[in-house]
Amino acid sequence: MLAFTVRRTLYAILVLLGVNAVTFVLFFAVNTPDDMARMQLGRRVTAEAIERWKAQQGYDRPLFLNAHATGLAKLTDTVFFSTTARAFSFDLGRTNEGIVIAAELRQRFVPSLMIAVPVFLLVVAASVLVGLALILFRGTGLERAGVVGLVALMSISTLFYIITGQYVFARVLQLAPISGFVPGASSPMYVALPVAVLVLAYLGPDARLFRTIFLEELGKDYVRTARAKGLSEFGVMGHVLRNSLIPIITSSGLLLPVVFTSTIVTETFFTIPGLGSFTIEGITQQDFNIVRAMVFVGSILYILAFLLTDLAYCWADPRVRLR
Amino acid sequence: MKPVLLWTDVAVFLECAAVLLYGWRVARTPHLAATWSQAFKDPAGAAAATILAVFIVIGLADCVHFREALPSAPGSAPAYSPVTSSLLDRLLARQIRGPETSYSEPLATRAFEKRAQVTEHGVVREFPRLEHAAMDLRDPLVEWGPDVRQRVWVGTAAALAASATLALLVIAWRARRDRVGLGAAARSIAAGRTRFPVRTVLATAGAVLVLAGVIGSLAREYHVFGTDRVGNDLLALVLKSVRTALVIGTLTTLVTLPIAVGLGLAAGYLRGAVDEAIQYVVTVINSIPYVLLIAAGVLILLVFIDSNPERFQTAAERTDARLFFLCVILGLTIWTDLCRLIRGEVLKLRELDFVQAAHAFGVPAWRIMGVHLLPNVMHVILINVVINFSSLVLAEAILSYVGVGVDPSMASFGTLINTARFELGRQPVIWWTLATSFTFMFLLVLSANVFADAVRDAFDPRGARR
Repeated sequence: MLAFTVRRTLYAILVLLGVNAVTFVLFFAVNTPDDMARMQLGRRVTAEAIERWKAQQGYDRPLFLNAHATGLAKLTDTVFFSTTARAFSFDLGRTNEGIVIAAELRQRFVPSLMIAVPVFLLVVAASVLVGLALILFRGTGLERAGVVGLVALMSISTLFYIITGQYVFARVLQLAPISGFVPGASSPMYVALPVAVLVLAYLGPDARLFRTIFLEELGKDYVRTARAKGLSEFGVMGHVLRNSLIPIITSSGLLLPVVFTSTIVTETFFTIPGLGSFTIEGITQQDFNIVRAMVFVGSILYILAFLLTDLAYCWADPRVRLR
Repeated sequence: MKPVLLWTDVAVFLECAAVLLYGWRVARTPHLAATWSQAFKDPAGAAAATILAVFIVIGLADCVHFREALPSAPGSAPAYSPVTSSLLDRLLARQIRGPETSYSEPLATRAFEKRAQVTEHGVVREFPRLEHAAMDLRDPLVEWGPDVRQRVWVGTAAALAASATLALLVIAWRARRDRVGLGAAARSIAAGRTRFPVRTVLATAGAVLVLAGVIGSLAREYHVFGTDRVGNDLLALVLKSVRTALVIGTLTTLVTLPIAVGLGLAAGYLRGAVDEAIQYVVTVINSIPYVLLIAAGVLILLVFIDSNPERFQTAAERTDARLFFLCVILGLTIWTDLCRLIRGEVLKLRELDFVQAAHAFGVPAWRIMGVHLLPNVMHVILINVVINFSSLVLAEAILSYVGVGVDPSMASFGTLINTARFELGRQPVIWWTLATSFTFMFLLVLSANVFADAVRDAFDPRGARR
């Protein structure tokens, strides 16, 4: 277990380094530090002002390799090294407007989690339930209608769910606020609609997958034995569910990063001040520090999701050993 | 007239050639032919394929581009219009009258908003008549209903006649092939006793024809689905979106294939350090939220297009280059899934006897991968291609919303749904943009999904559906 943890941590650091390098290259391929300075200071600006801004932000050094320095400083006295090193010590820097990113993230984590966690749990639960319901009614018209319905659900754009959801529930029925977010007791009102919309959007694929997994399990010997000893159909479902846990965990693990990225779109649609809308701000304002911080956080979440998946395997099937 | 070959046109034609080549190979390989016919034997799959074929024909008609010749003085060099138009534009121009000034409801005769007009009674604020719809109706209030009804009937009748002809042709062909009477052939189709679901295909084709007939006959005088904010006919916009969706759905996959297949085979067969390195790259790319990767890629692209204006002669070429590179960027971001699937499959295959035997005989690794492993992972690739199509069409809409999708001037389902977002917030509500684009997009994605299911069932009957 210890070896596993150490190995995983080292690999995670390696991956984060790679992620950092990719973001860095992509971002500085788009705009040079001069562009960023002009974007911040306005078009009419003197060369000295640009230089001053770059020196202030630490962008006045070479990007990857400092040819003027000697020894190890060739590599360390660069923009890449300093930004990466700071990121790994969780000093994510400031936005171009001078806001401390780490503090901003702490604040924005709450609404994002309030969307992401319920979406994830509800999608998994709903998919399992729908999958079970479909095989309970297998061979009937109800099952066929359900399968067709799931394909139809999958064929609808998330944007359509969001737009019509906002229109029907917020504008016509006035059940929920159309957008925005207020922290505190009334906040569930604001996240209810986005959560419902996302659950609907992600229900189709997993429910279909779980249905086929359950169907396969139903053909196994232990199910026949369970039926032979007179277990009710619900009892059989319990056994089937327990034995299908591994593939359910696999696909739920794959769902975590999807949920994270989907919040990017949903949060901007519902103007919820979460991590997703922060990311979009970073992209539109070409603020490298925001983009890098978000990629960093996103990758950590992704790595954690995979770690969680592995731990869940252990829990679901004691035969699984982590090495 | 001067033919214009846009980058995506070339790509689409190459794809068509590749599909034809593959079809020829399938026809000559018995086991592939058997599996493919399995996919088309599924009634739902066959119906979906019919609808997809209609969309593909529309998309291909929109891929034949040219610039109209302008009248020029005799003797001087021929001048061409700066506007690139396609075969579909030409067909639609005959059917659909010119643009209005602003919004109008489906089948409307008057504009949606009041405008001040000068009449003999002074300035009056009223709903102006549309300039290009129902012009021969003297009193739209009275004549509109009968006129629309008559057009619907004419369209339906023509479509029914066309479907009957089609059905007769199919029956005659089958009767000749099986050397039976026309009646026997018709009965076997009607009873569903054919090897392929001919009945389903004919019914689907008939339904599509009726829809097309009604829309086509109405479109001669009306804007069937209304007009958008600047008065463009929505029917035309939606039909042009089909090409964008098809290009994104297929070209992107084409970009992913060489990378995913090459690296997947190498990782699975060579293992060791190669596998570790490829796995590392896959993990790194996967752990970056894909919207960010694509956004960065598209921003680089925009900088490139802006700084090299001389490379693009017309606006169409510029928007097309953006579409082309959007596909490339998307492809470079999403190849990891297929790569992982292929690696897993190859890890299983490489332990089988025939691969081990080839290795023992000293067959070089690249040959083992190309000759022994690639044909055996083809089903994984194929299933992935058909499944990816629909998710890519859906992704386009989201990317266009974030602002890193296709050019805003290019007709696409994403841009249409994006504008619809603000229109629903207006009072009175403008619902037809959303309804029309949603219906067409839904039809396209649904038939793609159903067809993908049929293909998957045929190629991987035991595989789990997702």
